[in-house]
Amino acid sequence: MSFDLNFIGILIGAIMASSVPLILAASGELITERSGVLNLGVEGMMIIGAISGFALMIVTGNLFFAVIGSMLSGLIISLIFGLLTQSLLTNHVATGLALTIFGIGMSAMIGKNFVGIPGKEFPLLFVNLKESIPFLGPIFFGHSIILYFAFGLPFLTNYFLKKTKTGLIIRAVGDSPTSASNQGINVTLVRYSCILYGGAMCGLAGAYLSLIYTPQWIENMTGGRGWIALALVVFATWSPIKVLIGALIFGGITILQLHMQAVGLRIPVQLLSALPYIMTIIVLVVISRDSRKIKLNTPTSLGQIFYKEK
Amino acid sequence: MEVQLIKIEKRNDVSRSIYFLTPVLAIFLTLFGGGIIFYILGFNPIEALKFFFITPISDLYGLSELLVKATPLCLIAIGLSFCFKSNNWNIGAEGQLIFGGIVGGGVALLFYNHDGFYVLPIIILSGAIGGMLFAMIPAILKTYFNTNEILVSLMLVYVAKLLLDFLVVGPWSNPEGFNFPETRQFSESARMPILFEGLRIHAGIFITLITVFLSWLILFKTYLGFQIKVSGLSLKTAKYAGYKGKTMIIIVFMISGACAGLAGVGEITGPIGQLHRNISPDYGFTAIIVAFLGRLNPVGIIFASLIVALTYLGAETAQIFLQVPKYTGQVFQGMILFFLLGSDYLLFFKIKFLGLKKNEL
Repeated sequence: MSFDLNFIGILIGAIMASSVPLILAASGELITERSGVLNLGVEGMMIIGAISGFALMIVTGNLFFAVIGSMLSGLIISLIFGLLTQSLLTNHVATGLALTIFGIGMSAMIGKNFVGIPGKEFPLLFVNLKESIPFLGPIFFGHSIILYFAFGLPFLTNYFLKKTKTGLIIRAVGDSPTSASNQGINVTLVRYSCILYGGAMCGLAGAYLSLIYTPQWIENMTGGRGWIALALVVFATWSPIKVLIGALIFGGITILQLHMQAVGLRIPVQLLSALPYIMTIIVLVVISRDSRKIKLNTPTSLGQIFYKEK
Repeated sequence: MEVQLIKIEKRNDVSRSIYFLTPVLAIFLTLFGGGIIFYILGFNPIEALKFFFITPISDLYGLSELLVKATPLCLIAIGLSFCFKSNNWNIGAEGQLIFGGIVGGGVALLFYNHDGFYVLPIIILSGAIGGMLFAMIPAILKTYFNTNEILVSLMLVYVAKLLLDFLVVGPWSNPEGFNFPETRQFSESARMPILFEGLRIHAGIFITLITVFLSWLILFKTYLGFQIKVSGLSLKTAKYAGYKGKTMIIIVFMISGACAGLAGVGEITGPIGQLHRNISPDYGFTAIIVAFLGRLNPVGIIFASLIVALTYLGAETAQIFLQVPKYTGQVFQGMILFFLLGSDYLLFFKIKFLGLKKNEL
């Protein structure tokens, strides 16, 4: 019996690990969207983070540099989005799509020489506790530092948005850029910062994939996780804590379908692999049906271009 | 005292010539940006760009290949222009293409032993219907359940890809195919006629051209086209005018899905001739760029599809001669869209170079 319980603990630990990239990317995008900017380039920024993290790890041999570098590269590529949407006032949706197409192409170009190279082992914390405590051990211990950060992030984000002045400013900019601007807030600067923060978090989410989750570089390795992260923000009705819950649900579906594949049920593998995407659609439908609830929570100026006459 | 060198003014009206000139500017900026990337990679930029953009179309075969690639791109982009014009963000054309290919391919396999002029038209029609039905999923969810069409149409791309994979590996795989993930080769009567001996250009190009003409008719000569344009410019106006918004959303999705489905069926009955895992090199996503580059205008989209098709060919040539990955094409495609969107700034703002006047110094 105790063995079974331990197995469930390991399963929960695996679900937590697979939800990390979603939590990171969605928390970053949530801040961006709260400031009124819709960045559809999450997938592109994640894949750039994944390859830069992996490449830096191979070239420098230093995991710290790799993680920081992946965040920086996510930030740099989101700067392109910022320049276009904030300074050149381009359409958010189209620019985000361009960012994703560009990011996927660019990552494959950079990654050409890194295909097939094995990754390095990422240090995991409290490994001895994981093995000595049944059930709770594999849930709470033996993870990477990024996982602990990811699970704290939604709470930090929640506190930041609700209790700090900067958080209030971001929400004000997202809900009414004109009045915020009249109050003397530099709307463009706030939105730039939120875009760059979102970029850095997506970069980190990508690095988690290529350094820890599946430590190697595979073309297109994000496999739609960026889009699921975008859906999660809607699912969570722009609330950070619900992002955490949503990410765990999707992590659960992913792990569950992997286990079902391994057990060898007579369900086609492809149907199981399609489950996370189909579930995303179903969840979106259920959440969005109540249009009043969505309207109440959506940042009012989301995706709209703000221009201040000088 | 601060001296102002540049003054930025808002334009009162959008100049029509600039509207169609900025795409040209974007292409030149992309060439420049591409040159820089090639330089960083250690190539002679001029030579690399020549390999990328001139070598592929310097013979008859290359020109035919250009049209082979432009045919689906143009077709999908035409369909997407209906959606984008009316502010509906269908970004799942890739999934609609694949689903159209699946339905068309299924019919082609069904008619495996049939000979006759009617086989190909039935396949083409079923492909269009397949794409259309698949596009109606995000449209109906958007209109009746208020669901974001961007995310739904995109998620369905993955679903369509996995469904295709399931079919070609499992129930539809070639019984004599040694377990390769592909179906039988379609019979001759299920294939698009080839236009010239020895080249791959096929009759699908006529489907594209007819669609371009029809879309021009709908957009500029019908009440539906007028409604689409008004809804794109201002949803409020469209509401006051009493347009049936929901019906229109479903119609534009149906049009764009049918176009994508046609593109899919054109690929499998044309150059490919069977179903396998990769029936489209992301034509559905690239067509989004084509639609924007062509300014959502039927004639503009024809030119844009040729230019973007060239990035596919260029990437293949560069892969052979310069050993750069074929994804370089995608980098170029992303850059074109970046520069295009960025140069739109010139549409709405005038940049005046004031220069330094003597009395200011």
